[in-house]
Amino acid sequence: MAYEATLGDLLRSQGVSRRAFMKFCATTASIMALPAGAASAMAEALSAARRPSVIWLSFQECTGCTEALTRSHAPTIENLLFNFISLDYHHTLQAAAGDAAEHALKEAMQANKGEYLVLVDGSIPLLEYCSTVAGHSNKQILEDVCADAAAVINIGTCSAYGGIPMAKPNPTRAVATGDIIKDKPIINVPGCPPMPLAITGVIAQYLTMGKLPEVDHLGRPVAFFGENIHDRCYRRPFYDRGQFAETFDDEGARKGWCLYKLGCKAPVAYNACAHVKWNNGVSFPIQSGHGCIGCSEPGFWDMGGIYESVAKGNFGDGAKLGAAAVAGAALGAGAAVLARRRKSEVHHEEGAES
Amino acid sequence: MTLLDFARGPAIHASLIILAAGIVLRLVGVLALTRGADLSRPRDAFGNFKGYRTVFSRAWPSSEFNAATVYQTVMAYVFHIATLLVVIGIVPHIEFITSLTGASWPGLPNFIGVALGTIALVSLLALIVRRLSKPAIYNSTVGDYITWIIVALPLLTGLMAFAHVGFRYETMLALHILSAALLFAYMPFSKLMHAFWFIFSRAQSGLAYAHKGVRI
Repeated sequence: MAYEATLGDLLRSQGVSRRAFMKFCATTASIMALPAGAASAMAEALSAARRPSVIWLSFQECTGCTEALTRSHAPTIENLLFNFISLDYHHTLQAAAGDAAEHALKEAMQANKGEYLVLVDGSIPLLEYCSTVAGHSNKQILEDVCADAAAVINIGTCSAYGGIPMAKPNPTRAVATGDIIKDKPIINVPGCPPMPLAITGVIAQYLTMGKLPEVDHLGRPVAFFGENIHDRCYRRPFYDRGQFAETFDDEGARKGWCLYKLGCKAPVAYNACAHVKWNNGVSFPIQSGHGCIGCSEPGFWDMGGIYESVAKGNFGDGAKLGAAAVAGAALGAGAAVLARRRKSEVHHEEGAES
Repeated sequence: MTLLDFARGPAIHASLIILAAGIVLRLVGVLALTRGADLSRPRDAFGNFKGYRTVFSRAWPSSEFNAATVYQTVMAYVFHIATLLVVIGIVPHIEFITSLTGASWPGLPNFIGVALGTIALVSLLALIVRRLSKPAIYNSTVGDYITWIIVALPLLTGLMAFAHVGFRYETMLALHILSAALLFAYMPFSKLMHAFWFIFSRAQSGLAYAHKGVRI
């Protein structure tokens, strides 16, 4: 049997030192709130880990999730780890096409039955003709591939919660993976796109611990989605002092004040953007001057306008309030007329009795 | 639809419709029942003016009652002023009102909002403590206690949402908006209508007494 390279072999061949690898393991373990001894256990397990088979299913998506993961600024251990997995099927990244690609999918499913991971990006249309691959609908592919999977990881908001394809009026009747697959462990790594570290962190924990990490009520790993961005935002003191940017080019915007009034959704968004940051820790949307759009939350395209602040109400038709006031006046006048009539009747009866 | 979407969408919309209709209903319904003018010759030539003056002069108890009423008078003033400033002063509320009316004005720093909200809630507690400790004076009904709870809930949930304590922020914000919606819908049909009635009741008393030459 041919020797199968371990992750340790791969990292050494790429010139990654043991110190750098230990730093990655310590960072990942601490971010995921694993016990103190977990970093070395993780390093040991990861360096000895064999290539896990991963089948990446792309449905109604924009490929942004794949872009986020593969277009890192510099070769990081995160993307080396990503390179390490045996990505047996991925439309964008695989060299094979047509029958060869579909053959690779079937081969991977048979060879790793019950052990492979399914990574899904994109939502699934219930109007099945809206999105097909090799003559099969997305729904059918998902059900077939997940039948023998060890676990499902939803990459991005579309597969986790429906995302933009599910936004009103949802012309394809798009749903999330969890709406179709009910009998497999599913973990959501939402975001538009999701943070690369969150994706690799989940995979790293699965490889080392053999199980998926702890999740919140929305199925997201608590380690990355357990904290409110507003609570972690470096602009929070400006919010507390009441210093807000009113427009994107005023003094407040130039001075880096709070973007709450410009529609920042950080108070209702849970993600690691504010402390892990993007592009190797360089920045994140709020730091670059734009409010959070809450992309890791369910239904974020229908949560109100991107530039409408969290506190704004959705009043529908304002004319109804006027109509209500007129109706109230009519009812009040009616009640008064009835009361007067009743009073005069009482007087009349009293007069008749006396 | 999430709880927050429901709260700031259909719930607050419906409650504002009830509020608008309810206030006009009560105002028209009651004011249409007023008696006609007193045709007797007034004993005070400035009766009307003095009557209207009562709207303001009754804003503070007569000096004879100062000692007996200072506690609830001060607490009630503190509560009303702090609540008003919180309602119209903090930025999330201004954003909410702007989305309804288009009007906008500068907001207070958030730490002042928290302080005012706390003062309002504490003064409300001080008032209920007095009400509970002196049942003979207040002769309270169940409605009085329900009203107190409905007024206290928005303050409590607002402070909790503001401070990010309790449930997750979006849930606390939804509960805060729902509690405000409950207050809006309840207001026209409860003693909270005193926000409007105080003008008419004081003016009516002032006019009636001034007409008879009684100084109040």
